[in-house]
Amino acid sequence: MRAGFVIRKLLGALSTLAFVVVFNFFLFRIVNPNPVDSMFRGRNLTQEKLDEITRKFNLDGSKWDQFVGYVRQLLHGDLGLSFKGNRPVATAIGEALWPTLLLVGTSTLLAMLGITLGYRAGWRRGSRFDSTATSLSMITYAMPEFWLGMVFLGVFASKLGWFPVGGLEDPGSTATGFAALLDQVHHMVLPASVLAIAYVGEYMIVARSSMIETLREDYLQLARAKGMREDEVRRRHAVPNARLPVVSLSAINFGFIFGGAIAVESIFSWPGIGQATYLALQGPDLPMLQGLFLLISAAVILANLVADVLYGKLDPRVLGR
Amino acid sequence: MSLAAEHPVHDSPRSIRWARRRASAADAWGRFRRDRMALLAFAVLAAFVLMAFLAPFVSDRADFSAINTGDNPTNHPPDGQFLLGTDSLGRSMALQVLWGARVSLFVGFAATVLMIGIGVAVGLAAGFFGGWTDALLMRITDWFMVIPFLPLAIVLATILERSLTTIVMVIGVTSWPSTARLVRSQVLSIRERLYVDRARALGAGRLHIVGRHILPNVTPLILANTTLAVPIAILTETTLSFLGLGDPTQVSWGGILESVGTTAVKAGYWWQYLPPGIGIVMVVLAFTVIGRALEAVLDPRLRER
Repeated sequence: MRAGFVIRKLLGALSTLAFVVVFNFFLFRIVNPNPVDSMFRGRNLTQEKLDEITRKFNLDGSKWDQFVGYVRQLLHGDLGLSFKGNRPVATAIGEALWPTLLLVGTSTLLAMLGITLGYRAGWRRGSRFDSTATSLSMITYAMPEFWLGMVFLGVFASKLGWFPVGGLEDPGSTATGFAALLDQVHHMVLPASVLAIAYVGEYMIVARSSMIETLREDYLQLARAKGMREDEVRRRHAVPNARLPVVSLSAINFGFIFGGAIAVESIFSWPGIGQATYLALQGPDLPMLQGLFLLISAAVILANLVADVLYGKLDPRVLGR
Repeated sequence: MSLAAEHPVHDSPRSIRWARRRASAADAWGRFRRDRMALLAFAVLAAFVLMAFLAPFVSDRADFSAINTGDNPTNHPPDGQFLLGTDSLGRSMALQVLWGARVSLFVGFAATVLMIGIGVAVGLAAGFFGGWTDALLMRITDWFMVIPFLPLAIVLATILERSLTTIVMVIGVTSWPSTARLVRSQVLSIRERLYVDRARALGAGRLHIVGRHILPNVTPLILANTTLAVPIAILTETTLSFLGLGDPTQVSWGGILESVGTTAVKAGYWWQYLPPGIGIVMVVLAFTVIGRALEAVLDPRLRER
């Protein structure tokens, strides 16, 4: 039963990944069958040169041959060559991966504070705490995250000078060990808090309504009848049951934070996946974009898989379905 | 409600139906009106829509094309002549923000219509036909649900030609799955009601059942969902334009933020990047507040919240 559930979810995730691979390949080919032609249009290149470039980017042969070649490359961890600087896409993405994981991970953890706020707001709905938290959440939800980034950059970096205007660390810094770490943290404060603020509201709202949903359950009355203190009823009976929708939200939000990181990273010149996407758009550097899209999708699919399996663990009722 | 008194028995089914709809609409409006925040949001939204409509009457687009602003001061802070200052090309920020409202609202509405259209069609088909249609459609919905929506929109917008139509299409095509799921689950529950059984027993065809019984019952929910979908569309348009994927011939709030960029931020030209952002926040907030109020009015289960 349990293994069957995990396998079913795993197969679902693999089918999504397969869909992304096929989609990713044909999208870039069908709309623009030979990007080399349009990329180098107007440049004085001989036909031989163009043919050579076409071969290099795996654009010769039938669509089917190209697709088989693409999948074979992927299985070897090869994402093709970037149009810029002739570098392998996999290398360029590999370099950008760590800064983004650091940024997205930190801001996700910070944004998850919204869950606690949401539980409290839902538990005491209609209270002043609830209405304040709900209004604030709606306001942060309404802000484009990159605009909040601009405002923070203007206030805290340019005007007050409390934080650096961008980058991962001070250029030319020779600091090592703890000082280097401190420098990176200093650089990460603004982008991480922007992303966290932009997403904390969503966590709060979902946690709140899931708590309100739970408030109606009979077992809370029973717990009270047993003589439990309100605080304990909340902690022991309400919160664990309100946790479920929040788990699925976290996985979906992971994708959104990744998306939000694209514009925010470009504002703070944070050298991660987001900035790489932004830079790949100027050109556009199609192999790079293709690789980035595949990577981001795979990360989100994985996050969803983890959430699904976790859900099965938290709520055994879904196992049978 | 004294429907029977107002409408004697000889009324046609059609007029009774309309009277019933009018009554429930009036009831919903009455409850909506009691929500102060929602009314305020409604007023804010009306003001922005009015602004968008009036833009061509109070100014000319050519007023802020770079060719005609050569004599204007550049990066000028707000004063009597330029209410919101000027940008690095001497273009009036106030005029740009005014015209930007048009594009943002237009894309917001148009993309929402497309998004809801696809979502409702998929959800209705999946919920009503069931079986393999349902399985297939829900598989596709799951795919689109999991694929990160903004990166997908970015990829599509990069490959297609830069235009407003592209932006609308991209947002519509990438953001329908949650509507589809919502509509499907509603259809599944309505499909099992007695009155649908009765219609079926009387020989009603599928089209009749969907059109007469299922659609009218899901409509209120779709309406609330629509209001909550507009913010998604507007925010996505803003982000795509900010990334340089918008229509280069149009001024939108996201496009303004792209053109002033971090240069304006670092130089301290607050009048260049604050107003478009505040516009976005106000419009999106207004839609969210109205959407939640509508949801509470139309869905009795939420009323006590």
